[in-house]
Amino acid sequence: MKSKDYLQDLSEIKHLMNKSSRFMSLSGLSGILAGIYALIGAYLGYTIIYRDNVISNDGYRTLILDGKDIINIVLIAFAVVTLSIITGVFLSWQKAKTQNESFWNSASKRLLINFLIPLATGGFFILFLIEKEIYAFVAPLTLVFYGLALVNASKYTLGYIRYFGITMILIGLASVWFLGYGLFFWALGFGVCHIIYGALMHFKYDRK
Amino acid sequence: MSLLTNINKAFDHRIRLGIMSILMVNEYADFNTLKELLDVTDGNLASHLKALEKEDFISIEKQFIGRKPNTRYSATKIGKKAFKDHINALERIINKQK
Repeated sequence: MKSKDYLQDLSEIKHLMNKSSRFMSLSGLSGILAGIYALIGAYLGYTIIYRDNVISNDGYRTLILDGKDIINIVLIAFAVVTLSIITGVFLSWQKAKTQNESFWNSASKRLLINFLIPLATGGFFILFLIEKEIYAFVAPLTLVFYGLALVNASKYTLGYIRYFGITMILIGLASVWFLGYGLFFWALGFGVCHIIYGALMHFKYDRK
Repeated sequence: MSLLTNINKAFDHRIRLGIMSILMVNEYADFNTLKELLDVTDGNLASHLKALEKEDFISIEKQFIGRKPNTRYSATKIGKKAFKDHINALERIINKQK
């Protein structure tokens, strides 16, 4: 064997290690779209929340929302999450198909499980807070737990996800510090960051 | 003393190298997963697995999932060490020739 063959060996080893342990078909485009949905959702939420309430500089504020508004906000949030998941699954499935990678394999299963453990923990935590009528930490905690879920899942997919997760955690923590502006941090994290990291991933990985 | 000392003959094949690469980063893999990842035929894969097993580089675990028999493979300590040495040797050769 010549050294050229050895080089080829090494690159093939690396390729197989990645392919067998990481799900490489995560679509960047779906990240961009999820960010756009989140921004639209945040804007709709903004028109409801700040219709009768003004933004003040007094720090923590009391919001006055009636039952109908809360239902509307929950519906908007639900629509954003559902649309994002459908888009993410569909575009990743398509990308896997064009890259000749199977969509449902041991790598994607591991990715999903490791993503869901912190995310579900956070989901229940936040639901219990809502049940106890502690609303202030809902937006910051969605950001923090989503960030933790991304960091945890990043070992099983594209490396970029790790930095994305860390960014989300930092925005979540900042949001706890500036309590009362949750919607804006939420728009920054779920909207703007999704678009930025989605675009980075799209240009780096999708267009091959 | 030649550079080739640590080049392991057992890994001197694309498929065997591939099997070991997969088992280095996964706790275990079953036959069909390996087949799909390496894109080889049943017989071909089986013979290479047997060769690696003979060297004690991989261990085999037979079990049942429901009623279907399922064979899964994992790399042994010896296998992992041999593979690492092999990779290091490859890297040394490449660096020497630069």
